[in-house]
Amino acid sequence: MEKPLTQHIPASGAPLHLKEYEAVGGYAALRKVLQELTPAEVTGRVKDANLKGRGGAGFSTGMKWSFVPAEVTGPRYLICNADEMEPGTFKDRWLLEGNPHQLLEGMIISAYAIQATQGFVFMRWAYKEAARIMNQAIADAYAAGYLGKNILGKNYSLEMQLHTGVGRYMCGEETALLNSLEGKRAIPRAKPPFPQVSGLFGKPTIVNNVETLSYIPHIISKGGDWFKSLSYTADGGTKIYGVSGKVNKPGAWELPMGVTMRELLEEHAGGMKAGFRFRGALPGGASTDFLTDAHLDVKMDFAGVAAAGSRLGTGTMVILDDRTCPVGFVHNLEHFFAQESCGFCTPCREGLPWTEKILYALEQGQGTYADLEQLEMHTKLLGPGNTFCALAPGAMEPLQSALKYFREDFEQHIKEKKCPYADHTH
Amino acid sequence: MLSAIEIEQITHEMQQVPVKKAACIEALKIVQGQRRWVSDESVADIAAILEMSTAEVDSVATFYNLIFRRPVGRHVILLCDSISCYVMGYTEIKQQLMELLQIKYGQTTPDERFTLLPNACLGTCDHAPAMMIDNDLYRDLTTASLSQILDQYL
Repeated sequence: MEKPLTQHIPASGAPLHLKEYEAVGGYAALRKVLQELTPAEVTGRVKDANLKGRGGAGFSTGMKWSFVPAEVTGPRYLICNADEMEPGTFKDRWLLEGNPHQLLEGMIISAYAIQATQGFVFMRWAYKEAARIMNQAIADAYAAGYLGKNILGKNYSLEMQLHTGVGRYMCGEETALLNSLEGKRAIPRAKPPFPQVSGLFGKPTIVNNVETLSYIPHIISKGGDWFKSLSYTADGGTKIYGVSGKVNKPGAWELPMGVTMRELLEEHAGGMKAGFRFRGALPGGASTDFLTDAHLDVKMDFAGVAAAGSRLGTGTMVILDDRTCPVGFVHNLEHFFAQESCGFCTPCREGLPWTEKILYALEQGQGTYADLEQLEMHTKLLGPGNTFCALAPGAMEPLQSALKYFREDFEQHIKEKKCPYADHTH
Repeated sequence: MLSAIEIEQITHEMQQVPVKKAACIEALKIVQGQRRWVSDESVADIAAILEMSTAEVDSVATFYNLIFRRPVGRHVILLCDSISCYVMGYTEIKQQLMELLQIKYGQTTPDERFTLLPNACLGTCDHAPAMMIDNDLYRDLTTASLSQILDQYL
C-alpha cells in the first residue's frame, strides 16, 4: 500500500531535513515543473487528477486555481491554511512536523501554477514545534535556491513567510484568514468576489490546506492516473484519517481514500477500549453529523459519507462511547462553537449561545420537551443559507444528528431530571 | 511608553506589509512578548505607531483569545476543553489543576506564578487530555502527573 504523504516521515515523528528530503526524490517535481511545464499545464495536471481539498470542503483544487485571472498584473498570493483548529483534528500537525519540505515544494509548485509572488504559511499558535521546524525549512529552502529570486536559475521568483496566529477557530475560514493576515479581526468576507479574484490586500489569492498542498509534488511526479489508482473509490488518492476517543490505539494513518469506518475503528484504532461500546462518531471533526453503528460500512470518501448524511470533513473521527453522555458531548461542541463565533452575523452570535444554554440546562436535568423543539428550530435557523459563513451551519450538524440518533438520551434527561451518565457531568 | 526594542520590531513588521495597520497583530504579539500582556497604554502606543485609532487596535486585541488584555502570571496554562479531551476526561484534570493552584479559569495565583485558561482543541486528540504551559505541550495527562509538571515552572 503506497503512502506518498507520510512514508518518509521517521517513526519518531522528527522532521525530514532538506538533504534527507532530496535523497528520497524531494524537489524533483519542482525541477520538472520549472524546466518543462507552463503554469496552465501544472493546473491542468492537478485538475486531471481531480484532487479535492483536504481541509474539509472537498472542492477541486485544480478548479479553484483555474479561477485566478490570468491577465491581472501585480502581486498574487498562495496561502497554506495550517490553522488546524477543527476539534478532533490532528492530521496536518503530522505533516507539518514530519515533512515540511514536502509542503514547501507543493506550495512553490502551486504558487508557480497561479504565478504567485508571495507565499504564506498561516499556522495556528499552538503548533510551536511545527512553527520552529517550518521556519528552519523555509530558511534551508532559500539557501538551496528553491525560494527567492530566480528559483533554480529559472525565470520564476517567490518569497515565502510563516505567519503564526493568535488563536480563534474563525481563522481557518479562508476569507477570515485573509482578514487576519491583514492584521484585522478574523471575520468572514462576502463572496463574491472570491479570493481567487480579490483576496489578500485585494489581490488574487489561493488558500489551500496543508494535506492538499503536500500532495502536489506527487501528482506532478507520478500523474493523475497514479493518484486515482491509490484510492478505493472515485475520489482519488490517499487520505490521512484519524481516530480519537475511547479506543485502544488512537492515532492517525495515511490510507487509501474510501476505507470504511469499521476498518478505521477496528483495524487501525484497535477497537473500543474494554468496557466501552461504540455508539456513534463524528466522521470528520466537530462540525460533521454523527454517524452510528448502522453506518460502520460507509466508505470514508466525500461521496460515501455525504450519502450517509454527514461529511468527510477532515477525516479525523471522534468516537462517542456508551459511557459518555451524548447531551454532554453535544453541549461541549456547542460551547466551542458559541465561544468561537466571530459575532459578525446575528443568527450565529445569538443562536449559538442560546443553543449552548439549552443544552446545559438539559444536561443539568432542568430541560423540558419544549427545549427539544427550540433546539430543532435552531438547527433550521442556523442552517445553510441563513448565516454569513459555514461556522453555524457546521455547528448544527452534530446537534441535528444527535437529536435524531440519541433522542432517547435527551428525553431521559428531561424525564429523570438529571444526567443518567455518571461520568463527565459538569 | 514602548521600549526601543518594541518600536524597532514593530517598525520592521510595518515595512513587510503594504499598509501599516496590517502589522497590528504582529505589533500586539511583539508587545505581549516583552510584557506578557497588552495594557491600555500599550494599545494606545501601538495605535499611534500604526496610525490607527485606539479603538481599532483594541477591537483586534480583544478579538484574539491569545492576546492578553489583562495581566497574566509568569506561566500561562492552557487546558484543552474540546471534544476529544472531554471524552477522555479533561474535567478531572481541570478540577485537579484548580485544587492544586487554588484558582479558577481566568485567574492568576497570588504569587503571579500561573494563570489558568481554557483553550480550544490543541490538535493532539490522539493523546488527550492535553494542555500547554507557555510553549510546552503536555499530553496523555493524568491527575497524578500534574503536580510534577507544575513543579518545573518557577
